[in-house]
Amino acid sequence: MTTTLPAYDEVVARYEPVIGLETHVELGTNTKMFCGCPTDFGGEPNTRVCPVCLGLPGSLPVANKAAIEAIIRIGLALNCSIAEWCRFARKNYFYPDMPKNFQISQYDEPICVDGYLDVEVGGETVRIEIERVHLEEDTGKTLHVGGATGRIHGATESLVDYNRAGIPLVEIVTKPIPGTGALAPDVAKAYVTELRDVIRTLGVSDVRMEEGSLRCDVNTSLNLPGQEWGTRTETKNVNSLRSVERAVRSEMLRQASVLDAGGRITQETRHFHEDSGDTTPGRSKETATDYRYFPEPDLVPIAPDPAWVAELKAALPELPRVHRRRLQQQWGLSDLDMQSVLNAGAVELIEATVAAGTTPAAARKWWLGELSRRANESGVELAQIGATPAQVAELQGLVDAGKLNDKMARTVLEGVVDGEGSPTEIMASRGLEVVSDTGALTAAVDEAIAANPGIADKIRSGKVAAVGALVGAVMKTTRGQADAKTLRELILERLGVQG
Amino acid sequence: MAAISREEVAHLARLSRLAVTEEELDMFAGQLDVILQAVAQVGEVAAADIPPTSHSVPLTNIFREDVVTPCLTPQEALSGAPDAEDQRFRVPRILSEDVAS
Repeated sequence: MTTTLPAYDEVVARYEPVIGLETHVELGTNTKMFCGCPTDFGGEPNTRVCPVCLGLPGSLPVANKAAIEAIIRIGLALNCSIAEWCRFARKNYFYPDMPKNFQISQYDEPICVDGYLDVEVGGETVRIEIERVHLEEDTGKTLHVGGATGRIHGATESLVDYNRAGIPLVEIVTKPIPGTGALAPDVAKAYVTELRDVIRTLGVSDVRMEEGSLRCDVNTSLNLPGQEWGTRTETKNVNSLRSVERAVRSEMLRQASVLDAGGRITQETRHFHEDSGDTTPGRSKETATDYRYFPEPDLVPIAPDPAWVAELKAALPELPRVHRRRLQQQWGLSDLDMQSVLNAGAVELIEATVAAGTTPAAARKWWLGELSRRANESGVELAQIGATPAQVAELQGLVDAGKLNDKMARTVLEGVVDGEGSPTEIMASRGLEVVSDTGALTAAVDEAIAANPGIADKIRSGKVAAVGALVGAVMKTTRGQADAKTLRELILERLGVQG
Repeated sequence: MAAISREEVAHLARLSRLAVTEEELDMFAGQLDVILQAVAQVGEVAAADIPPTSHSVPLTNIFREDVVTPCLTPQEALSGAPDAEDQRFRVPRILSEDVAS
């Protein structure tokens, strides 16, 4: 079913996209949402379970106060109103990822509503409206066996591990986001990035997409200008920031090709494939009424004390947007320069490099230069490039100390990215070091002069250009590890000639 | 008028993954109808000034401190399971559905 997709420029010229994002964040509490089982990632199957999270008869859930506090702080950071009174609800469905045949969630009474998050895209601020932020419990992990690929199709049975079942999960739902046009994929990525940074700043989750503590579903639809919004699809399995952008773009192209051919979009869940960058259809969704939501009788309502909420609000840390403004001033960057730092995902990396003792200019040079280039080439996020801020600071320290020249530093950095060790280790193992010992360098220069008396005379008589031959000779004896400019000056000095 | 239709019972049976025969559909629709009509009588006495009750106790904010408590061993956890494999609960495959969120 290979169809030729239309060009992206043509799609956004003809259609208007509307996107929406549902993000799930696993909270970093010590224990699960409704029981005292630990929440650490990994662990042997079914070792972090108890009668409550297994839904055994007679067990009763009790809400984790730390999780309630965390979601209120998230809601406040996203400019939401905090409900004065709300309840948990049972979401009933038959799927073995929950042992109870229901998931405790929130339905018509989420704890946080009507917020927004401002994100910066292409030098402009886009306000993303937040519809709701609610609390629920995560599901267990099913492993499908008997099939060829571990996917459900062809599987004969499923094996279930409930270690993850019951871990507090915060769901953050945006309102539909129209009007972003060609920038829709970038807006989606910028939103998830900003949301991740906000939540990380709050310290309530490690928000790692690769470990599944931040998961994102992307809703996409297309409509003709001036017409009603189109039918939306929900793309799941979007496991990196880059994939958020790719998933929106790919779904826009696919839907455009269906619509162009006179077809209709089916409302469905689709799966994003990291390798190919496209989506395939998944389960057709049960409708909300099919989940037969009703108030959870085993948990009493939550009525956050306004004084407590005010206290939590006053104690919020400096949020990323404000923090970035401050960094921009400290680093002396223009809006445009700061935007390119942000686009590269380099804010925190540069900040940490500066904190490790490097100047802002040098830190920015490495992260936006060599390292961004390598990250783009290999298609990974800058933060996953394999070089750490500490290593970059170490490298720049070696440059500042005159031990590495710029060219050598680049070579060393390549080695760092390739996992060869720290800059100092790579310098040693590759035998790279600027010969900075003036005594040794002077000796090498004198030797070169003595060995090339003809050239030395030429230079003395005013043919300064001939100095290149002596520079080359010294470079040869020092195996390229002298700084060419210093060397040139030294030779002229030894010959008593003005440069 | 009946409080629940035969089609609604069939739909609920499907959602609950219950295999219900045609005869049972008629029987359950009739029985559920009687139950629902009895419950509906509550609506007749509930005036506008009586809010719907979801909880029988007038409590809010019952929380637990975020402190780890002992878990079951995997053997205990799996002891009531109909089937297990590799320390996991083993269940029949799920037809024509895909992984839930």
